[in-house]
Order: sequence, then structure tokens, then C-alpha cells
Amino acid sequence: MKTIQVSVVTPDGPVFEGNAKMVSAKAKSGELGILPGHIPLVAPLTISAVRVHDTDGKTQYVAVSGGFIEVRPEKVTILAEAAEVAGEIEVDRARASKERAEKRLAGNQQDNLDATRAELALKRAINRIDVAAKR
Amino acid sequence: MALKDIKARIDSTKKTMQITKAMEMVSAAKLNRAEQNARSFGPYVDKIQEVVGSIASGSNAKHSMLLTRPVKKTGYFVVTADRGLAGAYNSNILRHVYRTIQERHKSSDEYALIVIGKVGVNFFKSRKMPILDSITGVADQPSFAEIKAIASKAVGLYADGTFDELYMYYNHFVSAIQSDLTEKKLLPLTDIAATKSKSSYEYEPSEDEILEVLLPQYAESLIYGALLDAKAAEHGSRMTAMRNATDNANELIGQLNLSYNRERQAAITQEITEIVGGVAALE
Repeated sequence: MKTIQVSVVTPDGPVFEGNAKMVSAKAKSGELGILPGHIPLVAPLTISAVRVHDTDGKTQYVAVSGGFIEVRPEKVTILAEAAEVAGEIEVDRARASKERAEKRLAGNQQDNLDATRAELALKRAINRIDVAAKR
Repeated sequence: MALKDIKARIDSTKKTMQITKAMEMVSAAKLNRAEQNARSFGPYVDKIQEVVGSIASGSNAKHSMLLTRPVKKTGYFVVTADRGLAGAYNSNILRHVYRTIQERHKSSDEYALIVIGKVGVNFFKSRKMPILDSITGVADQPSFAEIKAIASKAVGLYADGTFDELYMYYNHFVSAIQSDLTEKKLLPLTDIAATKSKSSYEYEPSEDEILEVLLPQYAESLIYGALLDAKAAEHGSRMTAMRNATDNANELIGQLNLSYNRERQAAITQEITEIVGGVAALE
């Protein structure tokens, strides 16, 4: 069976390396499913879970905080500023930052920049919690 | 000098030497880690550079971060350490930045500073230069999350027109005994190497929208990369400075020991002469 090499890289080092028969990710323009032999592609990702369907029929979940995906026929690279494999997410920390972001959002509606930032933080936290639940 | 005084100086120099020796070893360990961090960051920046290069070279994409615009205000991003005791690490960079600014600008409206490290912040504050943002107390092994805020702020300030170009100053790590002062024009991104990309990409949804995400991420990663480099240089300089201090202390102890022994010998000789003299007087 044909497989595709997958690596998720962050500034703090590689987070995930492996082979897969399919990778699905959520790009800004919609859901992407990538099979081996895909044409070269670059797309920005949303804060979401990347799903790596590996050769044993299992699915690995990786939480990414945006970034983008680069696809080559034999290799998929995801470059994100932060990413965690489901098993390595610190759920308590994600919960705490979720609460913090919610408080900040409830606190100030006026300050636009702060609100956007809090909203992004909230999204990241929720994403982490969701992904951690799938481990 | 009296014997007692020399003895006291030898003791205190020995204590200082113990401290500098310990600091040297700590810095050596930190340098090791810093080099590792820089290595694990490598694949990320290589990849991002490749993609940016292939988009920038293969298309007529226009993005504000790629275009040079008339300069009304210049931003300076300066990386220093939080502490001294690192040889010329801080002073080199600060002197150079200060001189450059004095040469290029007539008034403080023409530039703004973003500073990392307590030494730099104090330096510019005491000269009443405008600091837009600063962080101090960066960990010895900084994670990207720590730097993210200041990096995206620096990029944001360029995007919203607060300044029209951004220069970065830091010490580039060459080896434990050498680091080079580096000046890098960060924004606009003019020196993106047009890589010979092996594949021409499909862009989903469009090139412009990808650049919108990619370029800020790229610029931020360059800042983070510079910081990792500067951290390695800092630990390297501190290690070298401390090794020199240890060597000097050793030499000083040698000299002091010599004069201590000489003094002791003189005292003994005098004592013998006195006794002999006393005996002679009795006979």
C-alpha cells in the first residue's frame, strides 16, 4: 500500500513524524484530505485537529494552532507555531487558559485587539481540550 | 605588606575563583542546551524559508511585507542579555546600535526601539531613547510561546505603519570564544532567496491569502531564530569571560603565594639574626 510521510514541525522542534495512508486537515478554505501522490499544495490551516490515518488503521490526532500545510506527492509537512500530539496535551493547562480567555472576553467588549487575542486563545484552548479527549 | 594581609588576599581570591569556575561550568552546560535548541529550530525555519522562497520567486504576489516603502520611521529590534558578566557581549551591541542611531537620525521621532534584555532596556532608558516594547527575564532556553508576543507585536507595528523598516541587532554565535555582531534588515522582507523549488505549488485558496498567513509567521520565526542564536552567543561569551577570570585569579594567587613565601622567609631570617645577635651580646 502506498503511504505518505507526515511531519509536524514547530519552532521548538519536530512534534510528530510518521507514515500515513491519509492525512486530513482543516484549511481556511475547507476540509482537506490528502492521499499519497497528491499534487504539490500549500494552504493555511485553521486552529484545529490534524488527523493522521496511519497504516494500522488507527488515527492519530495532532492539535495545531494555525500555521500551514505543505504537500508534496511523497511528503506532507505541517508548519505551526504550536502543535501537540493528543497524548501530550496538558489538559489542566488548556482548561486554565480557556477560563482565562473567557474571563477576558466577558470583561472587555470595547478593546478590539485584546478581544481578538482572547478569542484566539480561547479557540486554541478549546481545540486542545477537544483533541486531548480523543487520545 | 604584612603576612596576614597577603594571606587574606589569597583566601578571598580563592573564593572568587571558586565562583567564577562554577559560573563557567554552568554556562558551558547552558551553551550546550542552547546549541541543541538552535538545532531543533533548524528544520522549521528551513522549511518555511523554502515555501516563502518558492512563492515569492514563482509569482507576482504583492504583499505589504515584501514591498519597500518610503521610510519615515525606523524600528530597531535589539537583543541583549539580562545580566552582565559576559565580557563585551552587551557593550558591543549597545555601542554599535547607539552609534548607528546617532548617525542615521536627527531626532527621536525618526526611530523606535524594541528591546530584549534588562541591560539594553536600562541603557536606552538612561539615554531617554523611545522604547516601544521590551521584555526582560527571558528564560535561558526560551520557548517560542515566550517570544511570540513581542515578535508578533514587532511585525504588527510594521504592518500598521508605526515604522517603515525594521532592523534587528544581535550577536551571532560562531563558537564559544567568538560571536559576531549582526545587523539584519528584517522588514520589509527584501532578501528572500528565490529558491529553486523542486515543485511549483497549487495554492489553496490563493497566493495572496497564503502570504497573509505565511509572511508574519516567517518574520516571527526569524526573530525567534535570532534570539536562539543570541542566547547561544550569550552563554558562550559568559563561559569565556568566566574562564578568563578563573585564569587571572589563578595567576594572581601564584604571585601572592610567591610574595607570601618571600615575606615569611624574610621574617624567619630576621628572627634568626636577632637570636644570633642576642647570643653574641651575652658572651
